[in-house]
Amino acid sequence: MKLPKSQIFLLVALLVAGGFSAFSGRIDPYILDVTLGVGIAITLASSLNLINGFTGQFSLGHAGFMAVGAYSSAMLTTTLGPKLGASAGVLQWVLFPASLLLGGLVAALAGLAVGAPSLRLKGDYLAIVTLGFGEIIKVILQNVDAVGGARGLVGIPDYTNLFWTFGVAAVTVYVVWALLNSTYGRGFLAVADDEVAAEAMGLNTTRYKITAFVVGSFFAGVAGGLYAHLKGYLNPGGFDFNKSIEIVVMVILGGMGRHVGVIVAAVLLAVLNETLRSFGDYRMILYSLLLILLMLTRPQGLFTWTPRKKSAA
Amino acid sequence: MTELLQQLINGLSLGAIYALIALGYTMVYGVLRFINFAHSDVFMVGAYIGFYLGPRLGAGTVWGGIATLAAAMAGSAVLGVVIEKLAYKPLRNRSNLTVLITAIGVSLFLQNAGQKILGANPRAFQFPVPGGGQQRLFPETQLHFRSLTISSNQVIVLAVSAVLLVALWWIVHRTRIGTAMRAMSFNATAASLVGINNDAVISFTFALGSALAGAGGVLYAMNYPSIDPLMGTLPGLKAFVAAVLGGIGNLPGAALGGMLIGLVETFVSGTRMSTYRDAIAFAILILILLFRPAGLLGKLRVEKV
Amino acid sequence: MASLLQLENVTIRFGGLTAVSSVSATVQEGELVGLIGPNGAGKTTVFNMVTGVYQPTEGSIAFAGQPTAGLKPFEITERGIARTFQNIRLFPSLSVFDNVRVAFHLHLKHDSVHSLTRGPKFHREEIELRERTRELLAIFNLERVQDEPSKSLSYGDQRRLEIIRALATRPKLLLLDEPAAGMNPAEKLELMKLIQFIRDKFQLAILLVEHDMKVVMGICQRIHVLEYGRKIAEGTPAEIRANPAVIAAYLG
Repeated sequence: MKLPKSQIFLLVALLVAGGFSAFSGRIDPYILDVTLGVGIAITLASSLNLINGFTGQFSLGHAGFMAVGAYSSAMLTTTLGPKLGASAGVLQWVLFPASLLLGGLVAALAGLAVGAPSLRLKGDYLAIVTLGFGEIIKVILQNVDAVGGARGLVGIPDYTNLFWTFGVAAVTVYVVWALLNSTYGRGFLAVADDEVAAEAMGLNTTRYKITAFVVGSFFAGVAGGLYAHLKGYLNPGGFDFNKSIEIVVMVILGGMGRHVGVIVAAVLLAVLNETLRSFGDYRMILYSLLLILLMLTRPQGLFTWTPRKKSAA
Repeated sequence: MTELLQQLINGLSLGAIYALIALGYTMVYGVLRFINFAHSDVFMVGAYIGFYLGPRLGAGTVWGGIATLAAAMAGSAVLGVVIEKLAYKPLRNRSNLTVLITAIGVSLFLQNAGQKILGANPRAFQFPVPGGGQQRLFPETQLHFRSLTISSNQVIVLAVSAVLLVALWWIVHRTRIGTAMRAMSFNATAASLVGINNDAVISFTFALGSALAGAGGVLYAMNYPSIDPLMGTLPGLKAFVAAVLGGIGNLPGAALGGMLIGLVETFVSGTRMSTYRDAIAFAILILILLFRPAGLLGKLRVEKV
Repeated sequence: MASLLQLENVTIRFGGLTAVSSVSATVQEGELVGLIGPNGAGKTTVFNMVTGVYQPTEGSIAFAGQPTAGLKPFEITERGIARTFQNIRLFPSLSVFDNVRVAFHLHLKHDSVHSLTRGPKFHREEIELRERTRELLAIFNLERVQDEPSKSLSYGDQRRLEIIRALATRPKLLLLDEPAAGMNPAEKLELMKLIQFIRDKFQLAILLVEHDMKVVMGICQRIHVLEYGRKIAEGTPAEIRANPAVIAAYLG
């Protein structure tokens, strides 16, 4: 059987990630850390792009779903891991992916719970509800002692490596791409364009929106799991509104609803974040100015010159 | 019983502040149909203006307090109009989302520039007494009614809010510009066709809403006596919830919503759920949007097809 | 025989305003029916109730013998009613081709999961749908611009594309909301031919809201006349032309 090009892309990406992963011991730890951050950013941005870009909804709660995934996944590895008595390798290659999957599923459930009622709302209302959801998650996490409360969760094993990070990123990009490039998938874009017309063409717009929301939340959750096992500790404050905004900026900068542009923007901003770390607070000032200037001058995103090509499958 | 009355008063004075902020959200939404995210940061700036100008305007006396409040309102009004002119006006007729994102940008800018310029650490909202020691913005006494204790600050919050609400009602219903505001929120295109200068109305709306937020900032700082550049976020969000609860675009609705949110929050604080205080407003928001998206006093707009 | 579409004493109020008041009307299978009336008579509101955008306050609507109360617009489309809009509502970011393709969605057997696995069944179906889309575009001579963004089409072509898109849902009843608006006399003539052609070729019923009397009188078999939300007349074009109430409504 001949594999479609898109699936070949996915396979190659996984192989390359695996290949580099084997030599990660020789990579400078700082560079490795930044690179892993870039991979997580790609996953976060691409998954949010499905919701905010392609489906035209506006979620401000992506960090909330990331938090749900991060905590679920970390709880699994920290509680179950020591009891299994398995070798570190087994834990990293079996328990860890299971925990990522769990993180994604719990986040997807949260996405369903938030999305089902609130996706009937239009743009700015939805933005506020998702923002509110993010805050609720934060408050809950701060109040639950089992996950460390406001002190945070520490002692999470460092399972995140190049293979898992970029493997997940490749799968995310593939899923978003494949979902959209089909007759079914054109429905997402139609919903973004004109809900009334989409509904009149027989598209169940609510269902499309929820699908986008749940799939997007799933990958945000998986990215959260990667993040948890990269940093080794979690605290609720790390998943605040600013984190959500960071991801939103990636999507906007990349041109909402563009596959490659958003990936480029994610890489760029993740690296920029690292380089600007020493500037501390100036980073967010820069972010905010960037956001304003972008909206005033290039609301279509930074890397958008040609119209979106649509009829290619 | 006393406990209940005490909570009621606490709740009303908190709710009055939410109401002041909520009015700004609702007015801007009325004329421009977008959520002015930066509104909560105008509230914060209002508190800082009070903090810096208070000593010069005679904080610690009744007239000094009133002067400080007025200065904060004026400064906030100017800030609101400047934000509108620089960031929102160029985006007229662009999609809601573009304006919303810009507003988020403005909000983040005010918060982070605030942290850089004003310092990230919380400051006590108190003013030095010439002979040494600290004093509040208004002279403070505790009023006792049997076992009930009311701080004079709470009375001031309620009184100032009441005066401002009446003033606002008068402006909106009894002046030309207020009538123009109402006309515009009813139908902006038609309003401009009958000769209403939309830009002037929008600027006025921002000035009015921001002035109320500035007053809210000072009153809030007075009762919770510390301020920091991020102080606007939570009250701002709660006030927004209040505006939606009352029916966005509806002025009495915003005032009512603010009071309700203040009361609910205060009563929750008194229970074992107190650590969830900050989440309660959002839970309310989600419930309203589910069951009565138009809010308590609002009318649902039917999209024209 | 039951009517394809049956409105019985349909009333809708928005707040205090009664937009449509106790209107009864039918459309038979394969029939071409006009709905006319002065501005604000409630014609588009009737469309919006038939397509589920609004729910009637009173009265009932039945399609193919089944009541449509409580159905969402997409469910009504699933049952076989498609529409166009008074102010054209194409999907601006989609190409001409995809505007039509997406409307075939109803007849897909595959969904999100198949989009991901992209197996042979998925590909067969996609290829078939592309073929169908191309055929449909070809019937209306729009295949030459199929890769253009829909908003780059001329006004008349956009109107036609909206009709094609509606046809892709394979309706039994097509609602056209002022299809002749903004067209010149030559284009109107062409449109009249097109509407009759569609009815014959796709074997469906058409309900037409139109201002232009020439168009309506020229092609409709039966006409319903609304004024201030009430039905004031019903009949063949000849009957309507001679109806004193209609003349009063249009001249007075």
